Amino acid sequence: MDAIIKGVPLNWYIILSAVLFCIGVMGVLFRRNAIIIFMCIEIMLTAVNLLTVAFSVYHNDSGGQVFVFFTMAVAAAEVAVGLSILVVMYRNTRSTDIDVLNRLRG
Amino acid sequence: MNTLIILSALGIITLFAEIFRFRKALFPLILLGLAGAFVATSFEYCDHPQSIFNMMIFDKYAVVFSCSLILICFLWFMMARNYFLQETSVTDHFALILFALAGAVVMVSYSNLVMLFLGIEILSVSVYVLAASDKASVLSNEAGFKYFLMGSFASGFLLFGITLIYGATGSFDLGTIEQFVASNPSSGLVTVGVLLMLTGLAFKSSLAPFHFWAPDVYDGAPTTVTAFMATVVKTAAFGAFFRLFSTSFAGVSGQWTTVLWWFAVLTMFAGNLSALRQFSVKRMLAYSSIAHAGYIAIAIVSVSTNGTSAQAILYYTLTYSIATITAFTVLYIVERNTGRNDFGAFEGMAKNNPFLALVTTVAMLSLAGIPPTAGFFGKYYIFLTALNSHNASLVVIAVVAALIGVYYYFRVIISMYFKPEKSDIPASIGSLHQIVLFITTLLTLLLGIFPDWVLRWI
Repeated sequence: MDAIIKGVPLNWYIILSAVLFCIGVMGVLFRRNAIIIFMCIEIMLTAVNLLTVAFSVYHNDSGGQVFVFFTMAVAAAEVAVGLSILVVMYRNTRSTDIDVLNRLRG
Repeated sequence: MNTLIILSALGIITLFAEIFRFRKALFPLILLGLAGAFVATSFEYCDHPQSIFNMMIFDKYAVVFSCSLILICFLWFMMARNYFLQETSVTDHFALILFALAGAVVMVSYSNLVMLFLGIEILSVSVYVLAASDKASVLSNEAGFKYFLMGSFASGFLLFGITLIYGATGSFDLGTIEQFVASNPSSGLVTVGVLLMLTGLAFKSSLAPFHFWAPDVYDGAPTTVTAFMATVVKTAAFGAFFRLFSTSFAGVSGQWTTVLWWFAVLTMFAGNLSALRQFSVKRMLAYSSIAHAGYIAIAIVSVSTNGTSAQAILYYTLTYSIATITAFTVLYIVERNTGRNDFGAFEGMAKNNPFLALVTTVAMLSLAGIPPTAGFFGKYYIFLTALNSHNASLVVIAVVAALIGVYYYFRVIISMYFKPEKSDIPASIGSLHQIVLFITTLLTLLLGIFPDWVLRWI
């Protein structure tokens, strides 16, 4: 497995993760649908996980892979909370478009 | 370590209270548990602390900040008791607050970036739920949702930063990172990693230009939850911020102090100028909390190794939190009795309830930084650290910002004392609230006279 991962230079992993991360950021900033925004946040976190695993293999250090497990667990918990807030919001507003979120301003 | 065990166990017992129906005994139990956690924490205060599996370390900084957080949370529980008693799921709310407090303790005592991330997430996920806890209110939904979106967005940046630091150094351990950074200050991965982590933490602690979510979230969330966010969450965020940047990243301080300098200046002006034109006291307090974040950031900009920055941040966050608890307790009483939270709702308070008006005045003076109160000395110590590290321009800017702040704090006082009375504010308030207000006001005055009570411990 190490050989497969190390078959690709480290810089390529960094570039791939940075591109994926930026796609996620752009999605969060420009999409209006709350569920798509959730997906974009997940893309951001997945890009980070990929990079952590690549670094971990290149450093011969298992700490990074353990960290990825923590990240995945936390991301799952976060999405569970986020989706339940979204469900509560949908009950009140009948929409998942974030443009309805404009009652608080000033 | 005992602190974390006690707090987590207390949270789980609180959840069981729903099943075994001992809700009546719950509140005294929580207060007792928090007092126990406070004592257990203070016993860990020593000169040579043991590291826990290289993950956490309860050094003096961690112990003192944990004690401060537990004290604030204790006062918060006394303030918020009646709010949640009127809802059905009181145990869930209390348990979430306790878990958030456990996360806050992790955030001030980590010695590994993994624990920093876990602490922030334990705290944040609990508070996302709490912000949206008023299920029927669209405003609360909106606040919770915005907080969740911005929080997880910021977590993404923080994580990317942690990963790049790990890629450069090969370790998550703060000590190893510190050594690597000191010996390779020009590593590109480190620079990008530090700036990304700075962005992530600036989001979490609502520094401008990443503060735009904070007023909406603070405004929409239930008042007691807003009080928790403005005190415990903010203290923990800056505890974590300072711990990371004063040790691991001190070696590359040239790369981030300029950025943070601008963040501090922008935050002070964005917070104070926006607070000027608010009609709602709750929203004014939200902007005031942003402005205070700017003052605290000054101490991180002028990071000094001789401990004065840590002292200044500890003293400032503690006194600010205590005064904010007073302000939110009064706001909560006013909201409950008049159904409004604008400046007009405070009119005539001095006639109807002089005690309430007096404690509000002390809190506002402390937040504005007027001399006899603790808030003045908080600002004094912050400015002193900046002067010691030759940041005089920052002090001048901060003083101007603080002078702007005086205006909107005095608007509250003027509403209470000098407007014609037509108020619905009752002459007597609950005894628990009376005790909280008495304690916080006394602390605000006493800590102003004897700042050494706090400063000597760190």
